[in-house]
Amino acid sequence: MTKYDELTEFLLRLGDSSLIHAQRLCEWTGRAPALEEEMGMMNVGLDLVGQARNWYEYAAERINDGTDADALAFRRDERAFRNLLLVEQPNGDFAVTMTKQFFFDAWQFHLLTLLKDAKDERIAAIAAKSLKEVTYHLRRSSQWVERLGDGTEESHQRMEKAIDVLWRFTFELVEKSDTELALSESGSIPALTELPEQWRATVNEVFAKATLTVPDAPSTFYLSARTGMHSEHLGILLAEMQFLQRAYPDASW
Amino acid sequence: MQAGELITTDQQGRSGNEADIQLAYDVLEEVMDPEVPVVSVMDLGIVRDVSWANGHLNVVVTPTYSGCPATEYIETSIRDALHEAGFSHPKVLQRLDPAWTTDWITEQGRNRLKAYGIAPPVGSSNKRSLLSGVTQVECPNCGSDDTEQLSEFGSTACKSLYRCKSCLEPFDYFKCI
Repeated sequence: MTKYDELTEFLLRLGDSSLIHAQRLCEWTGRAPALEEEMGMMNVGLDLVGQARNWYEYAAERINDGTDADALAFRRDERAFRNLLLVEQPNGDFAVTMTKQFFFDAWQFHLLTLLKDAKDERIAAIAAKSLKEVTYHLRRSSQWVERLGDGTEESHQRMEKAIDVLWRFTFELVEKSDTELALSESGSIPALTELPEQWRATVNEVFAKATLTVPDAPSTFYLSARTGMHSEHLGILLAEMQFLQRAYPDASW
Repeated sequence: MQAGELITTDQQGRSGNEADIQLAYDVLEEVMDPEVPVVSVMDLGIVRDVSWANGHLNVVVTPTYSGCPATEYIETSIRDALHEAGFSHPKVLQRLDPAWTTDWITEQGRNRLKAYGIAPPVGSSNKRSLLSGVTQVECPNCGSDDTEQLSEFGSTACKSLYRCKSCLEPFDYFKCI
């Protein structure tokens, strides 16, 4: 029986967010400001691709119509993707990339911390495993936000600009969702009511050290990854990411 | 059930007694990590269980990092090595929970890492040490404590890059997770 239900939606949201963020990180290959940073971004990306695979494999088992993790990643259209709007945004300069990374890491860190106690054992296991990796990611991106925010006049300005570009997409990180509410009521995942406050607290703490100002709470707008209404950037990203499997289905090497 | 499981008998007529399990462990001691070829899968602590079920050997493996590209390679190496030793259709199963931790790396594994020029993980993998970072990593080349981190991430997902301020050599540090 095909189970394209709320839990599957939730798994896709986790998997898609990790995969799309990883794909964006890959765009830095060969052009990062320093070799060490390039290795850092590729390592983080690799962790996220692995996490995406774990979420997709679970989702594919639930959907149970012959689909698999590869098909979920490479053969779905834009409107079927459930990733956060934040992660599909272009990389911009290093300040935008690091700010995006930090917002995402803080969200993942607190979300996975809650999910590692999920009653659904598979979710709990993947969350516990991923959390170890994400803790490293968050440490690195927090340090960069601090260094750039409290760095030179130019790096500070660039960070302010980056926050300006990305902040409006963070409404998704702190909004309440019916899917997650239903899942926590049915007991498969813990209540995520604390998540928005925890995310804000981490942002406040790191921004304070970075001498950056936290903008007012972002408001919801018509785009929403929960319904597949993405910004214009996702389609272009997918066209590149999915090209090979679309042009040569089942190609392997 | 894999093809051939029903009618293929064990080449050596193994029955899954204690000696067979011990032999399997001995074989696994020789299966090396492809990225750090001096440590075995046993040294890394990724082999969680070896048992006998329905006439076949089952090996339970816990992957190190979610995105570790060596995971499939290691699983294939384990299967091949066991097959070579006469086990028919050995099965390698993946287990995520509990998540792998560097605490499972054996003493022998740590010594081998160090001899290879990779500083073994320092301390235990509790949350505090993850968040605050490691303070002191010993240089695997000259033994000095006067080292600094160059990059949070190194040549593979499991390592970060350090430099010794005494002998000036850069080295990999096996991160503590």
